Amino acid sequence: MRPAYTHGVYTVSISRGIMNRMPPDPANAIFVARGLTKIYRMGEVAVHALRGIDLILNRGELVVLLGPSGSGKSTLLNILGGLDAPSGGEVRYLDHMLTGASEAELTRFRREHVGFVFQFYNLIPSLTARENVAAVTEISKSPMRPEDALALVGLGSRLDHFPAQLSGGEQQRVAIARAVAKNPAVLLCDEPTGALDSATGVVVLEVLEKVNRELGTLTVLITHNAGIADMADRVIRLSDGRIAEIHANTAKKRASELSW
Amino acid sequence: MKALDRKLLRDLWHLRGQVLAIAAVIMGGVATMVMSLSTYDSLTTTRDRFYGEYRFAEVFVSLKRAPEPVAERLAALPGVERLETRVRAGVKLEVAGFTDPITGLLLSLPDQGEPLLNALHLRRGRMVQPWSTDEVVLSDTFADAHRFQPGDTLAAIINGKRKQLTVVGVAVSPEYVYQIAPGAMFPDFKRYGVLWMGRNALAAAYDMEGAFNQVSLTLARGAHEQDVIDRVDAVLGAYGGTGAYGRKTQFSNRFLSEELKQLQTTATVFPAIFLGVAAFLLNVVLSRLIALQRDQIAILKAFGYSYAAIGAHYVKLVLLMAVLGVVAGVALGAWFGQGLSNVYMETTFRFPYLDYRLDAGVILIALGISAFAAVSGTLFSVARAVRLPPAEGMRPEMPETYRATLVERIGLQRWFSAPTRMILRHIERRPLKSFLTVLGIACACGLMMVGNYQKGAIDFMVDVQFRQAAREDLALAFIEPTSGRALHELAALPGVDFVEGFRDVPAILRFRHYQHRAALFGIQPEGRLHRSLDSSLQPVAVPPGGVVLTDHLADKILHVKPGDMLTVEVLEGRRPVLQVPVLGITKQFLGVSAYMQQESLNALMREGSTVSGAYLAVQPGSEAELYAKLHERPRVLGMVANKAAIQSFYATIGEFILFYNLVATLLAGAIGFGVVYNSARIALSERGRELASLRVLGFTQGEIAYILLGELALLTLAAIPVGFVVGVGLVGILVVAFQNELYRLPLLLTPENYAMGAAVVIVSALLSALLLWFRLGRLDLVAVLKTRE
Ligand SMILES: Nc1ncnc2c1ncn2[C@@H]1O[C@H](COP(=O)(O)OP(=O)(O)OP(=O)(O)O)[C@@H](O)[C@H]1O
Ligand SMILES: [Mg+2]
Repeated sequence: MRPAYTHGVYTVSISRGIMNRMPPDPANAIFVARGLTKIYRMGEVAVHALRGIDLILNRGELVVLLGPSGSGKSTLLNILGGLDAPSGGEVRYLDHMLTGASEAELTRFRREHVGFVFQFYNLIPSLTARENVAAVTEISKSPMRPEDALALVGLGSRLDHFPAQLSGGEQQRVAIARAVAKNPAVLLCDEPTGALDSATGVVVLEVLEKVNRELGTLTVLITHNAGIADMADRVIRLSDGRIAEIHANTAKKRASELSW
Repeated sequence: MKALDRKLLRDLWHLRGQVLAIAAVIMGGVATMVMSLSTYDSLTTTRDRFYGEYRFAEVFVSLKRAPEPVAERLAALPGVERLETRVRAGVKLEVAGFTDPITGLLLSLPDQGEPLLNALHLRRGRMVQPWSTDEVVLSDTFADAHRFQPGDTLAAIINGKRKQLTVVGVAVSPEYVYQIAPGAMFPDFKRYGVLWMGRNALAAAYDMEGAFNQVSLTLARGAHEQDVIDRVDAVLGAYGGTGAYGRKTQFSNRFLSEELKQLQTTATVFPAIFLGVAAFLLNVVLSRLIALQRDQIAILKAFGYSYAAIGAHYVKLVLLMAVLGVVAGVALGAWFGQGLSNVYMETTFRFPYLDYRLDAGVILIALGISAFAAVSGTLFSVARAVRLPPAEGMRPEMPETYRATLVERIGLQRWFSAPTRMILRHIERRPLKSFLTVLGIACACGLMMVGNYQKGAIDFMVDVQFRQAAREDLALAFIEPTSGRALHELAALPGVDFVEGFRDVPAILRFRHYQHRAALFGIQPEGRLHRSLDSSLQPVAVPPGGVVLTDHLADKILHVKPGDMLTVEVLEGRRPVLQVPVLGITKQFLGVSAYMQQESLNALMREGSTVSGAYLAVQPGSEAELYAKLHERPRVLGMVANKAAIQSFYATIGEFILFYNLVATLLAGAIGFGVVYNSARIALSERGRELASLRVLGFTQGEIAYILLGELALLTLAAIPVGFVVGVGLVGILVVAFQNELYRLPLLLTPENYAMGAAVVIVSALLSALLLWFRLGRLDLVAVLKTRE
């Protein structure tokens, strides 16, 4: 059951002309954000990280978030992932209202629906690759087997290696396996290739692409690298806390074709 | 302010929880030291001032009776500076409304002028009027116990004659700072008192006119005490002298010295333990704290700060913590010290005043030790961090190498969830760190056990003494040695179940150059009331023909073994010098004794069956009547009722125990909490990022708390048995350090001691866990994604 006002958002957005490039497909909407603002107050100074974001993200999309440093990309991603609360506006995930949800509800949301991939991998050093994945699958409802998740990222043969025994690119692939192993509806990646060289970065992007294609996971990917934007279905450009441009990619490239 | 100093203040503020916990550890150690040392200093200074101002004599001797002119011969002896004779009478006292037996000591005051020696400090009222016949001054302990005011009256049985006395004053004497009835184990202010009255009146009542039976003297500059004692004894031998002795043997002073020595031991042993543990913890905690700042050190180095500047920065940081702890410790210690001094003043020693002193030296020592512990811990870690090339220090620390733990390698891994494996691997990854944490927590447990050890030990000592060895209800002394037939009369008294006679003879025991002044105690070989105990505390019969010595007397004082021949210089009657074999050793925690069979002692003294007193078993309920009957008997000089003695002892000691338990609980608690909380906080700093990542991945606060607190719980649980071992070890040190003539502590820990030790650890852990839980709730999830480390 979809409450009526989703259409309202849509209508309002259309009338503002901001989302005119977005495929009008409310039936497939996973995230619906309306009028999101985020203000960090530090004493006298107020930093407006987000100044009113309206956005719909759909099932199965691969979305790239571009924008200059400080434009609010991470802030937006964190709000979508239930790590942070907006100062104004609201976000819905399917039929869950994320704004105003309690800490426990947000934890459950992350646990059941969201996979995170970080720039610095954030693996647990005391657990092997398999166990890092298992740490997440142990607490989710219908996960993959950790071995399958690692096979998916091409690490089926490094199951029992500890993070210290893996390269940066391999660690990032374990992180992706860990993120997708619980079969999340959403995969949120904040500069997943930021710490990697171009060749290794491509391998990681291939994995993300594969997961997006084979599992149909909505994937949001933050990058500074305009070249990566070519693999997206849609590219959203942020500037100073606002959406500057949404661009639907007609000639989507394969990750393996990218380089920078 | 320089940027580095601003960082210092901000770091201090940021680490405030840990700063306080570290300061608490230092405070605990410093407070114990300041408390003990300042009390020791205060009591020592007070004693010296009191002895000086009130002319405490240096040599004392009691005798049977000598005519006054003998005093002139004594005063003329070389080495004697000032000399005073007195009349001294053991008396029984009667206080209206109090039925228990009271023994007293009546001492003469010169009828004209101040006493030359052993002057009195008047607390209330006035001194006795010259030539008054019934006025007395009371010792303040006795007066306070019975609430005597000037003008009240009491009666004394002097030499079998009842005499009514009027209290005119209450005083303190340097001779009786510590008051205890002869033959009693503990002071009992209600049942023993010292009284002073005019020489003339006392001499008249005690048949000592124109004579004296006690001499006190001071030594001329440069005179040798033993020479003077020998000369005095040579003169007084003919008058029934019982051997002169110096201050070292004077009972009150001996006890005072013993107590001060013990306090000094406390002042070294306890603070050594506390500060040692505190220093160790400080070292562990700080080195881990600094290790966490590794990247910052690298950055400072990259900026071009010198090693020295970086070192100085961290030294300043920890010195501030140390100073905070020392200041709090000195304040708390001074407060405790005043409390302890007052407890001493109220329960044990009577000084007219107390000079409370807190020596600057004590504070400097405390500061020095704490600073050393803090700085050495810091410099070690800083040196290690500084040695890293800056680039390496700034790089995110390589993910640490972990491996499957032993329990997993032997095939138990499928029983563990990923979080449990994290706990186990984290502990096994850093065995030294885990071990030190366990040891630190164990120390807190051990300290708590030491602090609460006394109560159980005292119960045990009292039980051994009064329920195994001295089981009589009442011990009474005759005015002079009496035929054994007197026992039959006692046995016939109503309420007396059983009577056992004893013979005691004052003597000096010698072996090689060791000697000890004591009484030879002739008891019944298979006594039912008074018994000698073997090393396993079982009663054993005293064999005939020789002595059985208390273990401490044999091993530590006289250095004799069974089979050795002891020289016994009897100080009574014909004063024979005898050779007596040592036949055995008896275990005794309170006091030291030399036992013989009464018959053997009688034979040595070449007397028939003679007793100097008796032990009585009394039917419960008939005490009052019996006391009254005994009180009337002129030949009965004094009585000590065990039950009353034990009760009064507990009343006295209770305050001490309460005080020590409070202090120990507070300090061990502070240390325990300091260690556990710091370990937990450091674990959180080390693993905060990991835990926040897990939170991002959807772990609940409870689930990440399990990982962090599970480790803490495991270490805490492991620390408890280790803590028990530490506690037993520390008590062992105490037992060895505290051996003295008056008592030896048993190496005995009660279940309560163990429970208290475990409790301090568990409560600290729970409290730390609670604080950590709130911290985990405030974990910054977003920051984790942004930053590398
Ligand atoms: N915790 C915070 N406190 C105060 N201001 C913050 C905080 N986090 C972010 N900001 C500010 O919000 C703005 C947006 O930050 P955000 O991290 O979203 O940028 P970004 O687009 O991800 O930049 P980058 O590409 O550098 O990662 C910035 O101006 C930043 O300074
Ligand atoms: Mg960012």
